[in-house]
Amino acid sequence: MNRINKKLSEGKKLLSIYFTAGYPNLNDTASIIEQLEESGVDMIEIGLPFSDPLADGPTIQDSSTAALHNGMTTKKLFEQLEGIRDKVSIPLIIMGYFNPMMQYGVETFCAKCQELGIDGLILPDLPVAEYDLYYRKIFEKYGLVNVFLITPQTSEERIRFIDEVSDGFIYMVSSASVTGSTTGFGNVQEDYFKRIESMNLKNPQIVGFGINNSETFTQATATAKGAIIGSAFIKMLTKEGKKGIDAFVKSIR
Amino acid sequence: MNYHVDEKGYYGDFGGAYIPEMLYPNVEELRSKYLEIMYEEEFQKEFNQLLKDYVGRPSPLYFAKRLSEKHGTQIYLKREDLNHTGAHKINNTIGQILVAQRLGKHRIIAETGAGQHGVATATVCALVGLKCIVYMGEIDIKRQAPNVARMKMLGAEVRPAKSGSKTLKDATNEAIRDWINNPVDTHYIIGSAIGPHPYPDMVTRFQSVISEEIKWQLKEKLGKENPDYVVACVGGGSNAAGTYYHFLDEPEVGIISVEAAGKGINTGKSAATSKLGRDGVIHGCKTLLMQTEDGQITEPYSISAGLDYPGVGPMHAHLARTERAEFISVTDDDAMQAGLELSELEGIIPAIETSHALAIFNQKKFKKDDVVVICLSGRGDKDLNNYIEYFDL
Repeated sequence: MNRINKKLSEGKKLLSIYFTAGYPNLNDTASIIEQLEESGVDMIEIGLPFSDPLADGPTIQDSSTAALHNGMTTKKLFEQLEGIRDKVSIPLIIMGYFNPMMQYGVETFCAKCQELGIDGLILPDLPVAEYDLYYRKIFEKYGLVNVFLITPQTSEERIRFIDEVSDGFIYMVSSASVTGSTTGFGNVQEDYFKRIESMNLKNPQIVGFGINNSETFTQATATAKGAIIGSAFIKMLTKEGKKGIDAFVKSIR
Repeated sequence: MNYHVDEKGYYGDFGGAYIPEMLYPNVEELRSKYLEIMYEEEFQKEFNQLLKDYVGRPSPLYFAKRLSEKHGTQIYLKREDLNHTGAHKINNTIGQILVAQRLGKHRIIAETGAGQHGVATATVCALVGLKCIVYMGEIDIKRQAPNVARMKMLGAEVRPAKSGSKTLKDATNEAIRDWINNPVDTHYIIGSAIGPHPYPDMVTRFQSVISEEIKWQLKEKLGKENPDYVVACVGGGSNAAGTYYHFLDEPEVGIISVEAAGKGINTGKSAATSKLGRDGVIHGCKTLLMQTEDGQITEPYSISAGLDYPGVGPMHAHLARTERAEFISVTDDDAMQAGLELSELEGIIPAIETSHALAIFNQKKFKKDDVVVICLSGRGDKDLNNYIEYFDL
């Protein structure tokens, strides 16, 4: 059983953290992963930086630009993850845009992920239809869980389709926004969370976008299986560096 | 060979809709309705009326006698520069604003590089009374002050794109992020034949009025509908797509696409995507794309802000791969000289984008009786500062 599915079967709410690989410093990747595991995080999204991150707000854009400037590349990230499975057992997901993966070669990329012990991928700009048609078999061959997004605007019919194609969890985008918005959750989110809960999907849902503290984490996980924090974590890293990781994680739950 | 979009939204290897899920409802709504809306009788009536009375179509097809003599062939210029707002861009914005109204959208966003598409969008928003926000790279805002002022006079809000290189690519990113943040009430008017399906096809269809007119105008002048060549400059490729559309399936018509070589193809300061690009994904479509080995999108360069784009529309990528179109790259210097030549020989000051298309005669020889139609996509008023600086006028 894939580490992600195993983690999802545990009877607790999951805290997942996103960070941009190569930020703040080029070679921070492995140590950030180790520290996150030590401080009790349940799952990690390793951001593969891209020059044109369409779905991201300023915080992740800036960290991506800085990481690329530091010299981060796909090859470099794979080098940094060499031997990571000797150190941690936490589920690891690579999150990035499709073009760098396409240039590396989709199959080579997936094979490398399996070799390194990566459990899943999130590629916001790889559409479900394209995945299903061209790439699903490759992902499955290498035992990778592919995670799709849904939003408050996603139709019920499409959510059902995504649920059918998925075999891990569904990434539930909390509101119509790019990453890093901090408006908090209101009635719209509450209704949306309840609506999704009542659909009884086969895949558990993990909420992302707009979660930045203990309050929003609790709200998001009232119905969902877990929540992902990205921009707020990167902001903390920018301000305090790696020494702030433990306190940050413990402030969430 | 099929040169048109297929039912999955692809032109051969290129196209598709590589968009984040947040954009899916908007793009899907457009995809499922655009053809039905565009070919409604009422829509066609309103669209054609506006093209005639507001844009000033049909635009003339002008036989350039002195230019023809100089280059020893028969050169016809399709005068898109005479359209309202000074370029072909308005054909598309008129069409899309009518689509937006029928979709019940009341907020319009657009991206712009040199400002021509921004002005054309602000213009149609003023025409129908819709709120208009134009994203423009911070650097372009400084370079193109008169167009920024025009947009403001037309009631649009111009928002600077401060990320990345602060030019067209980044303005497009910001417009897409705005659309993600405003998924219900907003329509995004993309200005070129780029973006996720159905945009490349929709923009091409709205611009196809150019080749539709060329056909009957040639018939009137020469007794035949087909020229020997059609020529256009290609950045994203909307004027080219419109100029070629009705000739794509006429094998006797040669297609010549002119890209910006910038300082020269191998100088690292170029925008010649067909030569320097590889298959990749940008702004929602798979196409030829200038990028690093690692798949990071690189900054193109051209003296012309309208050709300064790291990709090319998916239809053009397909025309390049299938060799239906011949791609020629023209340097800044050759383009500027061609712009001056047209001014002196024909009394027409072209946009610098268009000047690239006019510069092919150094590289390509035509027969004396070849009929060569060049899309004169825009006028040079906006580029006066560049011309002044370059020629020390």
